[in-house]
Amino acid sequence: MSSVAPPSSSQPLNDTGAAGMSAAPPQACTQAPAPALVVDNVVKRYGDRLIVSGLSFSIQRGECYGLLGPNGAGKTTTLRTLLGLTPYDSGNIRMLGYDIPAQAQAARMRVGVVPQMDNLDPDFTVSENLSVFGRYFGMSTKAARARVPELLEFAALESKAHVRIHELSGGMKRRLTLARAMINDPDLIIMDEPTTGLDPQARHLIWERLKTLLSRGKTILLTTHFMDEAERLCHRLGLLDQGRLMTEGTPRALIDQHVEPQVLEIYGEGLANWLGQYTPAPDVRIEVSGETAFCYTADVHALLADVQKRPDLRYLHRPANLEDLFLRLTGRGMREGT
Amino acid sequence: MKRISLAWPRLSWGSLAVFRRNLLVWRKTALTTVLGDVLDPMVALLALGYGLGALLPSIDGVAYITFLAAGSICIGTVYGATFESTYNAFSRLQIQRTWDAMLNTPLSLDDVVWAEILWAQAKALKSGLSIVLVVALFDISRAHTLVWVPLVLVLVGLTFAALGIVISALARGYDFFMYYFTLGITPMVFLSGTFFPSDQLPQALVAVVKFFPLAPAVELVRPLVLGRLPEHVWLNVLQLAITAAIAIWLAAVLMRRRLLK
Repeated sequence: MSSVAPPSSSQPLNDTGAAGMSAAPPQACTQAPAPALVVDNVVKRYGDRLIVSGLSFSIQRGECYGLLGPNGAGKTTTLRTLLGLTPYDSGNIRMLGYDIPAQAQAARMRVGVVPQMDNLDPDFTVSENLSVFGRYFGMSTKAARARVPELLEFAALESKAHVRIHELSGGMKRRLTLARAMINDPDLIIMDEPTTGLDPQARHLIWERLKTLLSRGKTILLTTHFMDEAERLCHRLGLLDQGRLMTEGTPRALIDQHVEPQVLEIYGEGLANWLGQYTPAPDVRIEVSGETAFCYTADVHALLADVQKRPDLRYLHRPANLEDLFLRLTGRGMREGT
Repeated sequence: MKRISLAWPRLSWGSLAVFRRNLLVWRKTALTTVLGDVLDPMVALLALGYGLGALLPSIDGVAYITFLAAGSICIGTVYGATFESTYNAFSRLQIQRTWDAMLNTPLSLDDVVWAEILWAQAKALKSGLSIVLVVALFDISRAHTLVWVPLVLVLVGLTFAALGIVISALARGYDFFMYYFTLGITPMVFLSGTFFPSDQLPQALVAVVKFFPLAPAVELVRPLVLGRLPEHVWLNVLQLAITAAIAIWLAAVLMRRRLLK
């Protein structure tokens, strides 16, 4: 395969609090480790349609970065571009020190990919799936087989080693796909919606495994539209909409920056009536979606007192979360083609 | 939008891992599939050759079954390559997404395309050679020149394997292969001098049939089965090689257009 030497792989865990982006990747000779990934002003068009429009972000080594966005925001296209599978029109990408797409094959040697759609090999057993995949990385059969027991343990699939893929549950398949992505002991793991379609137990098990990987110093890039997943796993988030990075930062900082801290969700028979006569205070922002009014504010007391007086209203008082941020920045409307 | 690369597909060691993957899968079912691979053409050859052949006069002084043997060898090779490179390769490409998984590794698309072509070629060779074996076993022909047949089949297998991958690159579903078989493979199999000498056809059709890639295959294999060296060896080899080269290049370019966009 490629003779390009991989850049040094074991990097200490990074301070991941910084929401800002370094303008230029630090060179290898400086003290600071080079970022795992630098995406700089990338543009991708399909014909006249702009799919990714001037996207820039970077990921430090040891960091878990989440790309959030509604369907069609350009998440999957971005991931394909990083892997060198989709050519882009302008900009620059450097992944693990390799230029993409020129050195994409060498970069993929150090990357593990968990695709959105399961593409485990149905013609093989669980352990064959792992060892055959290892050979795609140029491993000898012996070396690939030697990795299998450890990966089966990681995926909690030891008892299923000789079972065919179609006998596995959805959660088991995802775990195996994750284990398969680890066959080459990658520095960077790229995951497209890792827990879509899984039940809560299966999701928690995946999250736990991802945390294990982070504690081992791996870098993770994932896309998701599950806010709890993003909040739980990601050190930093980038919110993508229409191929553009709307905002970026730690989950908490993003919420603080864009959304009022308190949320009162009001619903019930009297809602229309109440909305008609209520004149909101200047610090209260109201969004009505379907049968519910979402009231965003810094101080909820006056509003709460008003609502509590009305027996035909029900309410939920909670702190603002990522979902509020997401809806704030990408809108509540249904999207075409979703 | 960036242009799709029109470069000739690069053959590298990565193809070996993909080829080996297909071999491992095949090994699991080899026994049952070999039975079909050998029995089907054997029954066809023996039934048509002995059954129908008994009612026919000899062709150019040769018993019908001996005449048919060359056609049968070539047809087996063509079907071996074509089924593998259409239905089977397409399953891996589109249904099982095996290709997608491979492209997330250091393998390149060229590696995968080459491996699928070479794998379909290997299956073709296996099908063709089993019929050669039947021909020898039943003493339909035991000419020394038979030893050259595998060399021809290597080229025939490569040509039809690459053509099948071209069709797979254009396919949106399995239905598409029906057109290829109905409009391409089947007429070719019947008209390329396999079951009867192609000069029996109307003059206009003879000229067309010459361009079918199966025609030079039969031109080469038939004399070898009959114990002679073929005339115009290089012309026929060249026709097959050019067809193969165009198909390999087209397969790579069309697959890039399909998958790397």
